[in-house]
Amino acid sequence: LASVSLITALAVHCVVLLTMTVFSGYFSHSTDFEVHRNWLAITHSLPVSKWYHENTSEWTLDYPPLFAWFEYSLSHVAQHFDKEMLVVQNLIYTSPATILFQRLSVIVTDIVFIYAVKECCRSVREEKGSKDLLGHPFFILAALLLWNFGLLIVDHIHFQYNGFLFGILLLSVARHLQGRHLEGALLFTVLLNLKHIYLYIAPAYGIFLLRSYCFTKDNTDGSVRWSSFSPVRLVALGSIVISVGALSFGPFIAMGQLPQVLSRLFPFKRGLCHAYWAPNVWALYNMVDKALSVLGVRLKLLDVAKLPKASMTGGLVQEFQHSILPSVSPSITLICTLLSIMPAVLSIWCRPRGARGFLRCLVVCALGSFMFGWHVHEKAILMAILPFSILAVESREDAGIFLMLTTTGHYSLFPLLFTAAELPIKVLLMLLFTLYSFTSLKKLFRGSLLNPLETTYLLGLVAVEILCEVVYPLSPWQHTLPFVPLLVTSVYCSLGVSYSFIRLYVSLLRQHGTDKHKQL
Amino acid sequence: MENWSLVSICVLFGLTARWAVSLNSYSGAGKPPMFGDYEAQRHWQEVTYNLPVHEWYFNTTDNNLNYWGLDYPPLTAYHSLLCAHDHGFDFCWVLVADLLIYIPAVVLYSFYLSEGSNKKKVCTVLCILLYPGLILIDYGHFQYNSISLGLALWGVVVLGLGWDVLGSLAFVLSLNYKQMELYHSLPFFCYLLGKCFKQGLAGRGLFLLVKIAVTVLVTFALCWLPFLSDPGQILQVVHRLFPVGRGLFEDKVANTWCSLNVLIKIKTILSTDTQLYFSLTTTLLAILPSSIKLLMKPTLWQFKLALVNSSLAFFLFSFQVHEKSILLPALPVCLLLNDLPLPAIWFLQASTFSMLPLFLKDGLLVPYVVTSLAFLFFSIYLLSAFEHCSEDKLRLGPYRRLLICMPRMDLGRVTKWKFYFSITAMAGLSFMSVALAPPDQLPDLFPLLVSVFSYLHFLGLLLYFNIVQIAEPLQSVRKNQKKSN
Repeated sequence: LASVSLITALAVHCVVLLTMTVFSGYFSHSTDFEVHRNWLAITHSLPVSKWYHENTSEWTLDYPPLFAWFEYSLSHVAQHFDKEMLVVQNLIYTSPATILFQRLSVIVTDIVFIYAVKECCRSVREEKGSKDLLGHPFFILAALLLWNFGLLIVDHIHFQYNGFLFGILLLSVARHLQGRHLEGALLFTVLLNLKHIYLYIAPAYGIFLLRSYCFTKDNTDGSVRWSSFSPVRLVALGSIVISVGALSFGPFIAMGQLPQVLSRLFPFKRGLCHAYWAPNVWALYNMVDKALSVLGVRLKLLDVAKLPKASMTGGLVQEFQHSILPSVSPSITLICTLLSIMPAVLSIWCRPRGARGFLRCLVVCALGSFMFGWHVHEKAILMAILPFSILAVESREDAGIFLMLTTTGHYSLFPLLFTAAELPIKVLLMLLFTLYSFTSLKKLFRGSLLNPLETTYLLGLVAVEILCEVVYPLSPWQHTLPFVPLLVTSVYCSLGVSYSFIRLYVSLLRQHGTDKHKQL
Repeated sequence: MENWSLVSICVLFGLTARWAVSLNSYSGAGKPPMFGDYEAQRHWQEVTYNLPVHEWYFNTTDNNLNYWGLDYPPLTAYHSLLCAHDHGFDFCWVLVADLLIYIPAVVLYSFYLSEGSNKKKVCTVLCILLYPGLILIDYGHFQYNSISLGLALWGVVVLGLGWDVLGSLAFVLSLNYKQMELYHSLPFFCYLLGKCFKQGLAGRGLFLLVKIAVTVLVTFALCWLPFLSDPGQILQVVHRLFPVGRGLFEDKVANTWCSLNVLIKIKTILSTDTQLYFSLTTTLLAILPSSIKLLMKPTLWQFKLALVNSSLAFFLFSFQVHEKSILLPALPVCLLLNDLPLPAIWFLQASTFSMLPLFLKDGLLVPYVVTSLAFLFFSIYLLSAFEHCSEDKLRLGPYRRLLICMPRMDLGRVTKWKFYFSITAMAGLSFMSVALAPPDQLPDLFPLLVSVFSYLHFLGLLLYFNIVQIAEPLQSVRKNQKKSN
C-alpha cells in the first residue's frame, strides 16, 4: 500500500511538473534565471581561482564552493544545449535552449527530493486501523511534500534548486528518524556546504548529535550521563565535518582566498529586510517605526527634515536607518535569533526526545531564524514548512499549527509572482494545495483542527488578496503609495507566522515539561 | 474525503492545466498576413462592436469577409460583442466560459447520470476534464468550443434527468452558437421523437411534441431576431454558415474523402455538385441505422451511443469537414468513459493525435505531449481500463459471431494488444513528425500519415460503436445486466 500511494502521488507530481514545463515557452524574467546562468558561465569558463573574484555581472557567486562545483558539473551538460550561455559576458542571455536546459535541470535534480520524500514516508508512524489510499498518512505526507505550493512556485515558476537542496535536508532528517545518524550528519554537512543558509539549523544538529549520539546512554531521569561519552563517535562526526569542509573549501584555503569567499557568502551590506519584506518580526518592527514616524510628523512632535531620506519601502536592497525606534544591526539580529532558539536547543540537551524531538527543535530553529534573521527572504519559510510536514501527519496539535503556518507562509509568497498571467496560476495552485491540506488532515485526525479565531484570520487572507490584487490597483493611491499592498501582505502574514511560532514553542516546552525518557 | 472537496480539487486541477496551456503561444502568433484564430476572435469583436447588426454578415467596405469574416451563427456574434466591451485578457473569457458552462455540466453528468461508486464518479470528472483535445484547441489554438459543447452537454444532462423541453432549449442554444452542432442534431431529434411516440402520439406524446416544437421555434426566433426583418439577411447568414462553394475538404483531415483522395483524386474527378450529393448520400446512409434504432428505443444509453455514431459518421463522410470537428464526436465519447473505458480512451487519444499537424503549426508540441501522457495515465489507472477488458464488458459478442473460425481467441486480449500497438504507433509517428524532415517529393508525408492512421481508427471505432448500439436488444433484460438501460 505504501508504494502504491507513493507512486500515485509521485505520478501526479510528475504531471504537475511537466505541466509547469509548458512554461518553458513562456519567457521568464525571474532574476534567478540570470543568476544561475551566470554561475554556470563563471564555473565553466574561468579557472577556480577566479570564481569568487569575478564580478562582471552583479549576481556574484555567493553560495559555498560545493554548490559552485555542482554548477560546474551542470555546465558540462549545458554546453550541449547552447554554448553561448556559458560566456560570462553574455549577460541576460535567454535563448530557448537555455531556458529549456535550466528548467530540465531543476526537474532532474528533483529526483533527490522525490527519493527523500519516499524515505520520509517510510519513517512515518502509522495509526491503527485500515484506511483507504487517500487517507493514509504516507500518501498525505507525500502529497504535502511533493505538491507543496511554495516549492513549486519557487523552483519551477521562479527558478531555484530548492527541490534538490530540500531533498538533501529531508533525506538527512529521514536518516536520523531511521537511526542512521552518521549518514544524516554527512548529508547535513554536504548541505551546509551547498547553501550556507542552513547554518540557521546547525545548532539543532550540533546539540542533538552531541547529546544523543556522542553520549550513548542517559540516566533514568533523562539527564546526561557523562560517563557514557563515546570519543569514537565524536571523532567520527568530527572527521565527517572536516573532510567535507576540506573538500569544499580546501582549494580556496590553499589559495588564500578564504576571506574573499567569506565576504561573498555573508554580504552584510544588504539591508535589514529584503525588497519584499519577509513576514517576520522586523516587518512588524518597521511597520511600527513607520507608523510612529508618520504619527510624530502629524502631531508635530518631529521635524520632517530630520528624518532619514532613504525609504526601506523603496523596494531596493539598501541600508537605512529607522526613524524613531533604535536601528537594528546584523549583530543585534544574531543575538535575537540565538536568544529565540536557545530554549529549544537547551530542551533537547536536557531532555532529549529522540529524533522527533530533534525534528521539532529543527523546525523551531528554522522558524526562529526566519523571525529574527538579517535580510531574510520569504522563501526561507519553506525551511520550516517542509520538515514540519512530517510532524503534521503524526499529531493533531501539530496539524493545526501546520495548517496555520503553511497557509500564511504560502500566501506570503504571492508577491513573488506579480504579473497578470501568473495570477490565475498562483491562485489555482494555492487553492489546490490549501484545499487538499485542510481536507486530508481533517479527515486523518477526524475533526476540526483550527479554532474560530484562526479560521477567521485565514479567511482574512482572502480579503487581503482581493484588496491587493483587485481593489487597490483601481484606487487613486496606486501611484503615490505603490508599496502598500506589499506592506499589508507582509504585516498580515507576519502576525500569522509569529502566532505559529509561539504556539510551536509552547508545544515544545509543554512536552519538555511532561516528557518521558526515550531511548535513542 | 468528502465528494465536494475531491471534485473541487479535480476542477482546480483541470483549470490549472487549461491555464498552463493558454500561456503557450497561441495560433497565428506573429504570423501575418492572416494570423490565426486568435486574430479571428479579435476581429469579430471589432466587427460586432463597431458595425450595426445588419452589416455583420455582409461584405461591405467596412467589413471585408475575406479577412476572417463571421461564419458562425448569431450567438457567437453576440458573445463577441459582449467580450468587446471588456477587452481585457481574452484568455480569461475562455476560462470563465469553461467554468460557467462546460465544467458544471461535466460534474452534473458524472454525479447524476453515470453509475458506480462516488470515487468512480470523481475519477470520471477528472478524466473528462483532462481530455487533451478540447484543452489544446480552446486554450492553445484559441476557440470557444467549450460553450457550444457545454451547452450540448447541458442538453444531454437535462434530457437524461427527464426535462425534455429544457433539454431541447439548451441544444438549440448550442446549435445557434456553432452550426457544427448539427452533427448532434439528428440524435436529439430522434430521441425526442421516439419519446413522443412511446408516450402515444394520440395523447401525451403529441402534447410533448408540440411543446418541444414551440420551444425550438421560439428559441430560434429569439436568437435570429435582428435578422428576421429581411429574408435577404437570413439567406446571407445561411450562406456564410454553410460555404458549399469551398469543396469537399480542405487541408488534411482524417475523414473518408481525404483518405480516399490518396488513392483516387476524387476532388478532380467529380464535379462540386456530384461531390456534394455523394457525400450527402453516404452520410445519410451511415447515420440511418443508428437513428432508426434510437427512434425505436429512446433510452439514455442509446442516446449517448447515437450521439457518438451520428457525429462520427458526419465527421467521416460530410462536406468541408475540419479536423477540429473531431471534438464533436469526442464529447459523447467522453460520456462513455465510465461504461466502455478502453474504447473511449482509445478514441479520445486518437482524436487528439489526429490534430497533431495543427498543434505543430501552433507550436503546441510540449502541451500536446504532456496532456496526452497525463490523460492516458490518469484514465487508464483511475478507470481501470485494462480490468474491464473482457469480451463481455466490451460487448464484443457480435465480433465473436463473425470470427466463428477462431473460437479460441480471447478477443479481450486481442483488443488490449491492438491498443498497445496503436498507442506506440501514435507515439512513434508523433516523434517522427517532429524530429524528421519529410522527403522533398512528399512534403506532406507526415500529416498525411497521421490523418490516414487516425482515419482507420475512426472507421473501426465507428463500426464498433454502431454494432454496440444496434446489437442491443429492443426490450431491456431485467436480470443481472448492469447496462440494460
